[in-house]
Amino acid sequence: MADKQVVKRAKYKSSVKDPGVAGVLKMRMERFVFVPNDPTSATKLNVEFRTIKGHKFTKEGSSKQALLNLTQDQGENYIFEFDSFSDRDACREYVATAIAHHSEAGRLVNEKSNVPVSNEQLSRAETERRIKLLQENSELQALHKQLVFGGILTDDEFWATRKKLLDHSDSRKPKQRLALKNEMWSVKPLSDGQSNRVTFNLTPEIIHQIFAEKPAVRQAYLNFVPNKMTEKEFWTKYSRAEYLHSTKNVVAAAAEAAEDEELAVFLKQDDMLANEARRKVDPTVDMKADEGDDYTHLPDHGLLGDETKDVLESQYKPYRRSFAQDLNQHASVVLQGRLVDELGDTRSVAEALARTKQAELSDEISNRNLEKELSDKICRMAEIEDLQGPRDTAVAPLSIKDPRDYFDSQHANALKALGDAGTGTKPLKSSVSSSKAYGSLRDLVSEIRGTGLSDPIMSHDVALKVLSGLTQNISSTRFHLGINPNESVLNRLPKVTKEELLHHWTSIQELLKHFWSSYPITTKYLYTKVTRLKDAMSQVYPKLQEIKESVQSDFRHQVSLLVHPMLQALDAAFAHYEADAQRRSSKSGERPNGFT
Amino acid sequence: MTPVSSKLHTDDVSLLMVSIDTNPFFWNSMKSALPFSRFLSHVLAFLNSILLLNQLNQVVVIATGYNSCGYIFDSSTSQIQDQRAENLLQKLEEFVEKDEAQCREDSVDGPGFSLLSGSLSMALCYIQRVFRSGPLHPQPRILCLHGSPDGPGQYVAVMNSIFSAQRSMVPIDSCVIGAQHSAFLQQASYITGGVYLKPQLLDGLFQYLLTVFATDLYSRGFLQLPRPAGVDFRASCFCHKNTIDMGYICSVCLSIFCKHQKKCTTCGSVFGEAQVQDSSTTAERKRKAP
Repeated sequence: MADKQVVKRAKYKSSVKDPGVAGVLKMRMERFVFVPNDPTSATKLNVEFRTIKGHKFTKEGSSKQALLNLTQDQGENYIFEFDSFSDRDACREYVATAIAHHSEAGRLVNEKSNVPVSNEQLSRAETERRIKLLQENSELQALHKQLVFGGILTDDEFWATRKKLLDHSDSRKPKQRLALKNEMWSVKPLSDGQSNRVTFNLTPEIIHQIFAEKPAVRQAYLNFVPNKMTEKEFWTKYSRAEYLHSTKNVVAAAAEAAEDEELAVFLKQDDMLANEARRKVDPTVDMKADEGDDYTHLPDHGLLGDETKDVLESQYKPYRRSFAQDLNQHASVVLQGRLVDELGDTRSVAEALARTKQAELSDEISNRNLEKELSDKICRMAEIEDLQGPRDTAVAPLSIKDPRDYFDSQHANALKALGDAGTGTKPLKSSVSSSKAYGSLRDLVSEIRGTGLSDPIMSHDVALKVLSGLTQNISSTRFHLGINPNESVLNRLPKVTKEELLHHWTSIQELLKHFWSSYPITTKYLYTKVTRLKDAMSQVYPKLQEIKESVQSDFRHQVSLLVHPMLQALDAAFAHYEADAQRRSSKSGERPNGFT
Repeated sequence: MTPVSSKLHTDDVSLLMVSIDTNPFFWNSMKSALPFSRFLSHVLAFLNSILLLNQLNQVVVIATGYNSCGYIFDSSTSQIQDQRAENLLQKLEEFVEKDEAQCREDSVDGPGFSLLSGSLSMALCYIQRVFRSGPLHPQPRILCLHGSPDGPGQYVAVMNSIFSAQRSMVPIDSCVIGAQHSAFLQQASYITGGVYLKPQLLDGLFQYLLTVFATDLYSRGFLQLPRPAGVDFRASCFCHKNTIDMGYICSVCLSIFCKHQKKCTTCGSVFGEAQVQDSSTTAERKRKAP
């Protein structure tokens, strides 16, 4: 790639309007050279790619020129016009690789001078995330500073264990969107008490809601506006329809609908809605379904009453809108949430909503196995266990050994661990015949039956000893653990010491984590890492000792108790390290015969 | 049971289930430290005191033998008050005879094991019956007066009873009078929220019982009772039974080993190969190549 060069015919222009000087453009990795056709012209160019920072180009289009603009840092631009777009594209790609190559070389040189080098190329986003995390969490920053800048751990190793943190900070949580309002009749007309005017206020928010709830209106909008009527007329008609509905005057509604066919659209029942409702009304929201069950609120309690009323209504049926249906629709829309985010132009909102509904419709048609799903769901919910067939486990049964063997020696451990010699009696290891044992027990029982309870049960000084022993035991633990759990030893120490201790604790945790994860040592890298960690850990001892000494004398004991587990962990790590080192050296010492 | 008026039912009415260790082999080994008769006198006085604390308190005693367990005293059965001890001791004697009759071994090494799991189960069954007796019932708790070492064969049964006690919110108190601590009872008290105590002075057992174990559940909310220094939850390896800090664990049955093994001895699953890290094997490989 480095020795490839691109040679193309081009015209060099100093600006876009300039007709340009025809010539030949030769590009190599290091530099590009422009030689004009006319040898007498003075515009010869020989520019190194190192100085070129960026390139711009015009888009492909019949009326546009194929331009390539190479920009420098200092502001000098080199504009070249090519005969064809393919020429220009070839040059463009070459320029892109050349620039990338040079900038990389520059960057690598820069990086070596500061912070320890990372082997992998970090993307900018990744570095940004890390920096952000460090800025947010000061503890993390302190730890990072100590470990990475001190040369104990590399940056990679530090972040390798914190992948989770990085992922979390980056994930874009979906922004919470404002839901639809739950009010149903926000289009309240303001009626002027004096004149006969009624004013409706429609904001884009309300329009969005109307479109969401009443698909017929939306469809009508898309059909009528801007062909048949303007937007203002449309909303006027809609408001008139709403007003008529609010008066609940069905006869008037029918009369007006007969006159104005557009108004009729608003007044009639919403067919699209009816279709949707039939398909899916969430049973938890279905108000209409309850009506059948609720006979107490029907006129005449649902009894067969006078049928005369119905005659009038058959021709008005289309103009009735049942409240329950409205409520259903409203509820389902609000629960569904906002389908379209932006509140742009009314038309675009309508179109967007129409599109989403269309998509839903097509989805449903394609999944005709709704019933099957439903039946599966019911089966799962109302499972009758006796009637189910046996489920094969497909897993081999686990055979576990007798726990007796394990427990036999727990005893010995407990004895060794707690070091309690007991009350001075040695456990009798000799075997006792059962008859003898039972016999003695029975004798003892009958003895006490005969003699009765002794008076006193025990001597008073023994009682006193017991009581004082118990109280001392209880009070000493209270003294150590504190009266309330919040007031721990740490809080009583001066702030500086507390923070130092906590910092040491976290850094020891981190070091130990890396230490133990490097075992077993298989590569040289791990070996060097372990030595580094060991040196760092051995430096902690004197620091902890310092802290202990700096504390006041009455706290010293507690601090040493606090510090004790840290020291224990470090000791364990060192012991392991030494054992391992010894094993290695002994292994490398002996060599099998015949091996040189 | 006599009907109880709700006014008398205060917060501190308790039902105490006492489980007494009557393992003859254990008591045989304790002859010098605390003979069984002295032990019984402490316990009887303690039971009397419990019944004195509140009119509605109930006490049930279960004897834990070597082969069997049995109820030997129930304060809710009507009896004449000064004959309580007499009844208990008589029942105890009958129980010991029955237990002896069931004994199949001629001789036993060491202290032997008592049936802790059996007595815990019996106690829990009685408590369940009390729960179902009505809305007003005393607050139950279990006190184990044990000294025999833990029987490993009873591990599963004991853990089951501990968990069911935890479920029913019945604390298990333990007073260990043997030579060594009991891991079972430590865990029992820890898990169920009871008190574990190993008395230092066995002569003062009565004082221990009164100070620590006579407290009812309500009072434990504001009384400080001795807390053990720690519970021995430490793991031991399955191969050598040593207590270990770091080891290998089978991913199937979670058994612990101190050294790398090819196969798990408990469940038989085969482990994968370890990382090759010895220079000797690489040397071999080198030698094999010509």
